[in-house]
Amino acid sequence: MKILVTITETESVDTVFEIDGLEIDSRYLSTDLNEWDAYALEEAVQIAEDGGGEVVTATIGPEGVEGTVRQALAKGADRAIRVWDEELAALDILDPLTKATVLGAVVDAEQPDLVFTGVQSGDDVFGATPVALASTLGWAWGTVVNDLQIDEVAHVHRELEGNLEELTDVERPAVLSIQTGINQPRHASLRDITRAQQAEIDTRSLADLDLDVDAIASPIEQTDLYEPESEGEATIYEGSPEETATELAAVIEETGVIR
Amino acid sequence: MTVLAIAEHRRGELREVSLELLAASRKLADATDGGLHVGVVSGDIERYTERLNREDVDVVHTVAYGEEFNHDVYTQAVTQLVEAVEPTVVLAPNTVNGLDYLPAVAERLDIPIVTDATELSYDEHLTVTRELYGGKVETTLDIDTQQAAVTIRPGSWPRAGGTGDAEISAFDARIDESAVRSTVTGFQEIGGEVDIAEADVLVAVGRGIESEDNLEIVRDLADALDATLAASRPVIDNGWLPADRQVGQSGKTVSPELYIAVGISGTVQHVSGVRAETFIAINDDPNAPIFEVADYGVVDDLFEVVPALTEQLTRS
Repeated sequence: MKILVTITETESVDTVFEIDGLEIDSRYLSTDLNEWDAYALEEAVQIAEDGGGEVVTATIGPEGVEGTVRQALAKGADRAIRVWDEELAALDILDPLTKATVLGAVVDAEQPDLVFTGVQSGDDVFGATPVALASTLGWAWGTVVNDLQIDEVAHVHRELEGNLEELTDVERPAVLSIQTGINQPRHASLRDITRAQQAEIDTRSLADLDLDVDAIASPIEQTDLYEPESEGEATIYEGSPEETATELAAVIEETGVIR
Repeated sequence: MTVLAIAEHRRGELREVSLELLAASRKLADATDGGLHVGVVSGDIERYTERLNREDVDVVHTVAYGEEFNHDVYTQAVTQLVEAVEPTVVLAPNTVNGLDYLPAVAERLDIPIVTDATELSYDEHLTVTRELYGGKVETTLDIDTQQAAVTIRPGSWPRAGGTGDAEISAFDARIDESAVRSTVTGFQEIGGEVDIAEADVLVAVGRGIESEDNLEIVRDLADALDATLAASRPVIDNGWLPADRQVGQSGKTVSPELYIAVGISGTVQHVSGVRAETFIAINDDPNAPIFEVADYGVVDDLFEVVPALTEQLTRS
């Protein structure tokens, strides 16, 4: 079985950061393999290890994301595709339908049996790309999957709110968005990391995928970026651990929960 | 302009977020003296319609097809409903099921979708406010198109009240059964030995605890308080505590007298599940969103503060 896994590099802001216009300077940002994608990748790699097959990753992003792509290669992906060019770089934001269009073209070119994605990315948290991608392809889909068995169909557990799971059978081919906790993502060995450093990453432009700039035009414009005003009214205690612990103990005693 | 809000129900109950959706939609429709249309698909539509017929709802469109949510049915029904009603904005809750069909509706209609809105406004075009980077940053997005699809964050709008006199209209959706390619075969509740929703005192632990072995210090604190141990998502995902201990959207909503959050950053998915009388947070990141909801906090290393607190409580 051939599984394509979408891999995103996510950014997180440092404790102290500054916003300049519509951007946060990269020195205040840390990057990593998107947490959800790590679980999607592990699920695909385990299926390929158990039953044979190939795991191919697809990433939209500039050359700078190759470190993250290599993390995915070190954790068991067989090949990696990265899509980027000047037209993508010129976009204001990469919205879900744009991502779905680009990733859909990669799927068309690769013809996998299944596509795994993370449920969402940790930085912009759109959570809409998996279903938009399935719709672009005309495929079936299953989202927020935290348990998966594959035979003629994909038997999935979908994690709903409030400790409830929906049991659903999804026809194939399908796009499945994978929830954290479905497995335990592996740590790459030093040997795997070294191998991944030397691996070739297949880089493609929109033209390579038979897409033109009109296909990725987005009507969504970012107009502001700011730190939300604090609405918190917490009393913050300062001092040594002993001092703050004494303050907290007094608060706890005041609540009357200690009987 | 017209706003179309798609209600959500599950296992025979209209979900409360549907009423928040009405309030958000009404506000948006009012900005342009427009109409508020509501769509309800599958299940006991008569009963749901009764509850959805709130003040200022103009039309409730009902689609009688099947019982439970099925995204292939919803995608077809809502796409057709948007084509018929021609709303400027179609809204759904930012829930697991809302995100399971609205992106497909947007893709089919070739209209932009923005998810997890915390504020909406309309002045010649739609403006959506949403969070980035775990709530540490907010952004506004302008959408300059004839139509757009938006999901709204639960808990960000009040619930619509009053009783309305909406027109009830049966919508004849043509559902192509060959395009229904997923089948819901059942539901499974995640239970366990412990019901954290019943506890008066909860000590909840998050990612900051770093390893399973370190849980010992929060267990000691819980013991000193005769409290129940709970957790945020990363601890459950790592298998360090069972799923019945999870507080938040995916897990349980809790309302203890005292809630002590240890090493929990405070994502909206977590804090939306906590309604504590007294809320204490211990975290070494002063900008962690948990301090936005806490009553008392300590910004310091939990590995020092927690044992010191246990010591204090044991002594007294």
